[in-house]
Amino acid sequence: MTAHDYTALLPLIILAAAPVVIMLTIALRRSHGLTFSLALGAVILAILALLWKPSLSSHKLTQLLVIDGYAVFFIGLILVAGLFTLLLSYGYLNIHKESREEYYILILTALFGSAILVSSVHFASFFLGLEILSVSLYALAAYMRMNGLCIEAGIKYLILAAFSSAFLVFGMALIYAETGTMEFFRLAVKMAPGVGMKPIILVGTAFIIVGIGFKLALVPFHLWVADVYEGAPAPVTAFIATVSKGAVFAIMLRYFMQIDMPHGNALAVFFVCVAIASMFVGNLLALFQNNIKRLLAYSSIAHMGYLLVAFLASGELRIIAVVFYLVAYFIMTLGAFGIVTVLSGKERDADRLEDYRGLFFRRPWFAGIFTVMLLSLAGIPLTAGFIGKFYVLAAGIGSVLWTPVICLVIASAIGLFYYLRVLVVMYTPLPEAAEAIGYSMPAGILALSMLMVLLVGIGVYPGPVLEVIGTIGALP
Amino acid sequence: MAWVAVKRGPYARSKNELIARWISLTALAVDLVLVLCLWLSEPHSVSIAGGAWIAETSRAWLPSLGISFHLAMDGISLLLVLLTLFLGMAAVISSWTEIDRQVGFFHFNLMATLTGIIGVFLAVDLFLFYFFWELMLVPMYFLIALWGHERRVYAAVKFFLFTQLSGLLMLASILGIYFVHGRKAGTYTFDYFKLIGTPLESGTALFLLLGFLAAFLVKLPAVPFHTWLPDAHTEAPTAGSVILAGLLLKTGGYGLLRFAVPLFPGASIELAPFAMTLGIIGILYGAILAFAQSDLKRLVAYTSVGHMGFVLLGVFVWNEKSLQGVMIQMLCHGISTGALFILAGALQERIHTREIERMGGLWTAAPRMGGAWLFFALASLGLPGMGNFIGEFLILLGTYEVHPVMAAFAALGLILSTVYAVLMVQKAFFGANREGWRIHDLEGKEITVIVVMVAVILWLGLYPQPCLDTAREGLLSLQKSASAMPKENYIEIFRRQQ
Repeated sequence: MTAHDYTALLPLIILAAAPVVIMLTIALRRSHGLTFSLALGAVILAILALLWKPSLSSHKLTQLLVIDGYAVFFIGLILVAGLFTLLLSYGYLNIHKESREEYYILILTALFGSAILVSSVHFASFFLGLEILSVSLYALAAYMRMNGLCIEAGIKYLILAAFSSAFLVFGMALIYAETGTMEFFRLAVKMAPGVGMKPIILVGTAFIIVGIGFKLALVPFHLWVADVYEGAPAPVTAFIATVSKGAVFAIMLRYFMQIDMPHGNALAVFFVCVAIASMFVGNLLALFQNNIKRLLAYSSIAHMGYLLVAFLASGELRIIAVVFYLVAYFIMTLGAFGIVTVLSGKERDADRLEDYRGLFFRRPWFAGIFTVMLLSLAGIPLTAGFIGKFYVLAAGIGSVLWTPVICLVIASAIGLFYYLRVLVVMYTPLPEAAEAIGYSMPAGILALSMLMVLLVGIGVYPGPVLEVIGTIGALP
Repeated sequence: MAWVAVKRGPYARSKNELIARWISLTALAVDLVLVLCLWLSEPHSVSIAGGAWIAETSRAWLPSLGISFHLAMDGISLLLVLLTLFLGMAAVISSWTEIDRQVGFFHFNLMATLTGIIGVFLAVDLFLFYFFWELMLVPMYFLIALWGHERRVYAAVKFFLFTQLSGLLMLASILGIYFVHGRKAGTYTFDYFKLIGTPLESGTALFLLLGFLAAFLVKLPAVPFHTWLPDAHTEAPTAGSVILAGLLLKTGGYGLLRFAVPLFPGASIELAPFAMTLGIIGILYGAILAFAQSDLKRLVAYTSVGHMGFVLLGVFVWNEKSLQGVMIQMLCHGISTGALFILAGALQERIHTREIERMGGLWTAAPRMGGAWLFFALASLGLPGMGNFIGEFLILLGTYEVHPVMAAFAALGLILSTVYAVLMVQKAFFGANREGWRIHDLEGKEITVIVVMVAVILWLGLYPQPCLDTAREGLLSLQKSASAMPKENYIEIFRRQQ
């Protein structure tokens, strides 16, 4: 390891050291503000370390990790999402009576796990990163110990995620048994299209896809998602929806970009089916929800389906479409759950549709931000969601994937129904003057305003973001 | 470029909520004056891709995908933009007393819709076109859902879903032609002038054209896709109805004229008989349904279906006479239907019902309103001397040249429209005043708007030449760009099909 290597690893080192420091600080002095500042500082420091990189050229560190443009971009995305989650969480934790400080440790370890995940090029680091992330999330999902729903969410998430990890490991083991290597680029050689797919490799890959499918909540592996989203504290839900899913999607893209998946084979057909099923099931189930968190949970299933359509495409538009849509998805999901967070009270989260009735007349700014987020989720112009959907469609049509593209069009139209439903509720006046719910959370409001500016900014002028995505370049 | 300001003006200004009404009105007036100046100043034409254009502006927007912020105006766009600004002002004035809550937000939505519509009329980059096309939907949705009448939410959601789904299909087609062109020519671009004339296999062309038609026929609306219209028009507030009927429907006609046929001339010929039949069905069906309505606004809404049937017919006949007719028909329908909705809104504000059965004898109570109503009803039925007559007559004339039978059926629509128009006036304004209505007549602002509209309709009816001249260049270049469809061949194809 040279000094250069350490520079490349610096963000990861910071993320690994920060939880230890915070743990020691908590042992000395329990203070919410102090812990929050430390965590915030660590994340900002890690982002700065990321930007300070001498070059974006691919930098391989041991067999396990590579810090290339792709990894840097996704670590950055995850860290920024973590930053917003922290800002949203501060006010939320302030009004709850739990011990607050450990929360930040868990967020930081989860960030660390996802950073490992997106930069791994080896099954071992893939699995390690995923487990660091998942274990932190189990605890986070059940963080409000006094709340039954919260505990339920934690247990459900634990059992299902552990199951999916088992599938994943088994799949990796099968592939290792056949090929004798766990490095992606060696696997790529052994599993090249010309060599011929052995059944055992196919089975192994299928198991890996099952494991990933659970984490991404793709249909038919989606059953946990609504309960966990509903039960987990709102900022944690935002975190699970963005960081966890984004990191897993990033590693999936990296894996399947190296290991070529010829079109028309069983796997590709399977992915098409999963994408179509996710889009339809997600959107159709969301129609019947009266709980905002569950509604957003089902809508996130559909969004993963849209992402899969881009993932199935080929050519240079594929990576641009996936990455851009992920960026847009991060912003709008954080924004939507952010609104839920800032409106939440002491007893329960503001997750019933009724909580939003007449919001426009009580909290016009929150209603405005929520409107923009929902319109973006629905893919309406002037928002990042529109450009994202445009790219997904472009990638799909460019690769002549007509069936998934037409399904995407129909599914988005179905999706409009429930986004519009929420909008209408927000703009319907209350019959009598109801008390304003929610507390004042300056950090959360700051975060939401920034998210809204980002969303609209990218929606109107996506040039700079596309430039950055362009620098990710092709993978080695 | 004077009219970059034209497009951006309303947008920037509309965000200010203070004295929103005056701000919107001034912005629109300034724009109107600017565009009028542009029209009257004998504009030097900019030549783009062989066509004569009045003005053009282009900025790179997303160069990596070949998307640019490219606007251009020819005679067709100019007239439609004028119509937009004019009706926009009428809409602001007509909602002066009707809208009493969330005034700032109302005007923000109104102006955003108008921005989208103007953008649609000016965009010559297909991505930008789609962008504006979608942009006008959300504020329109809010206009209906927040300030509408009893069943507003249902109507707004229906409107939004119809237009959004069809819009997405159009986006898929836009991307389709983008990739086909890119593969053949090597440069990927959304620019209208470069995409035009892309050679397409007939199967692909038909498929892509269907995507465009989905959007335009829903918006127009043509008959099987019209069901959103009566609901949306009826439940929208007055300003919303005026914009919906007067302007949003025109974007469908404009889309057919500017994009659908020129981009896919071959496929358009194949589909023309079907489209023309749809147009005729629309004319007859709209008129018959209008006849059966008891709700005043719904009645006017169904007349739109009929009149837009003429537009569909005229576009697919595609000769100079019919296209000129389409232009005049769009302008006149915008103004006359807009006026009818303003009057219906004024009436509803006074008697709080739209049921024709409950009206009657209103002429004595409000003679000025009755007179205005009669005038626009006559305009809408196509009485000679008013603009609508010129439009429908030219379309029929053009149709007769290629397909006399269709022209005969379409002409039936004129008779049917007489029936409903006269009946409507008779029921609402004459007869016994059973409910004892005592209403105050039209007042200052309303009269001003109505008088100007009357003047424009008469002008278009008596001396339409300036408009015909302005539109001619644009229409000719559209015909030229769709040159795969010379008139003679076209007639032959019809003869063969008969």
